[in-house]
Amino acid sequence: MTATTTPSRTAATRAKRRALIPLVVFIALAALLFYGLQLDPRKVPSPLVNKPAPVFELETLDDPSRTVTNEILMGKVSLVNVWASWCPSCRQEHGELMQIARENDVQVVGFNWKDTRPEALEMLRRYGNPYVVSAYDPDNRYGIHWGVYGAPETFVVDGEGIIRYKHIGPVDRNVWETTIRPIVEQYRPQPS
Amino acid sequence: MIHRVRKLSFSLALLVGTLAFGNLSAYTLEEFKFEQPGQHEAFRDLIAKLRCLVCQNESLAGSQAGVAQDLREEVYRMMLEGQSDEEIVTFLVDRYGDFVLYEPPIKPSTYILWFGPFIFLGVGGYLLFRTLGRKKDEPEEDLTEAERARLQRLLAAGGDNQENIK
Repeated sequence: MTATTTPSRTAATRAKRRALIPLVVFIALAALLFYGLQLDPRKVPSPLVNKPAPVFELETLDDPSRTVTNEILMGKVSLVNVWASWCPSCRQEHGELMQIARENDVQVVGFNWKDTRPEALEMLRRYGNPYVVSAYDPDNRYGIHWGVYGAPETFVVDGEGIIRYKHIGPVDRNVWETTIRPIVEQYRPQPS
Repeated sequence: MIHRVRKLSFSLALLVGTLAFGNLSAYTLEEFKFEQPGQHEAFRDLIAKLRCLVCQNESLAGSQAGVAQDLREEVYRMMLEGQSDEEIVTFLVDRYGDFVLYEPPIKPSTYILWFGPFIFLGVGGYLLFRTLGRKKDEPEEDLTEAERARLQRLLAAGGDNQENIK
C-alpha cells in the first residue's frame, strides 16, 4: 500500500499536513501566552541570591544604643523579614512568622523598613514579637543594598551569611511548607 | 467651523503635551539642585531610564512611590559624588537586577527579546516569497486520469457537438 501510493495521493497528504501547521503554531503560541499569564510581574527575581548578604549596621528597633550587623546571621539559618507597621500584608503574615519562630530551628531577624519606632513597637506589643532582633531602617539606608522594594519580603540566609532565597509578599503556611522550609532544611548546618 | 478647528487643535496640543511631558509631570525634580549646568538634565535623563520597581510601568522620574524617592535620592547622591551614569546603573542592577532598566541589556537570556522579531520577520518573509514564487512557476494542478480521458473525449467530439460545450 505504502509503496504504491500515487503521486496525487502523497500531494494530498502533504497538503493535509501543511494545513495542520497553523494549528500547531496556534497551540504553541497559546501555550506560551498561557505560561506568561501565570507569571507575576510584581515578583522581580533578586540578583542577590547565592551572594553574600549585603553588609549592614543599624540600630536595633527597641534600643537605639545597640546596633545589629551581619554578625547576627552567622552560624544559623535565618529568615530576614522586611516589615513595617504600615504594611497590611506584614500584619497578615505576622501570625505565621510567630509560629515559624516558635516551632522551628530558624531565627527570624526583623528588618523594620521605612517605619517609625513607636508604631513599629506598638505593632510588636499588640501582635507579638517573632524576631530575635529587628534592625531599624527608617530611611531605607540599607534596604537599597538588599534590593528591597516593598514589604513584606523575606530572605533566607544560610549560616555563612549567603542569601539562598528571596520571597516577595506575605509568608503563609503554604509558602512556608512548600518553598521556604525545604530551603531552610537544605542549608541547616549539619551537626558534625 | 473655526470654533471646531480651534477645539481640535487644542485637543491635539493637549495630546502632544501629554505624550511629551506626561512622564515627568507627575513629579517635579526641583528639590534636586546641581551646581554645574547640564547636570540637572543629565540627572533627569538618567532617572527616566530607570524603572520604579513598585509601580513598574513608571520610571524613577515619574513615580511618587516612596522607594522611587529613595532611589532618586541615591542616584542624586552618587551623581554629586561624581560617579558616572554607568557606575550608578551598575549599582542599581547589582541590587535590583536588570528589571530596573527600561531597556534590557543584550545577553543570552534576552536574545529572543532582541532578535526574535527579526527572526520571525525573516522566516515569514522567506515563506511568503517561496509560496508566491511557486505559484508563478508551477503549472496548475495536473489533471487526474479520469479528467484527462474526459477531456480527450470532449476534444475528439469536436465542434459539431455544440450542446456539450455550452
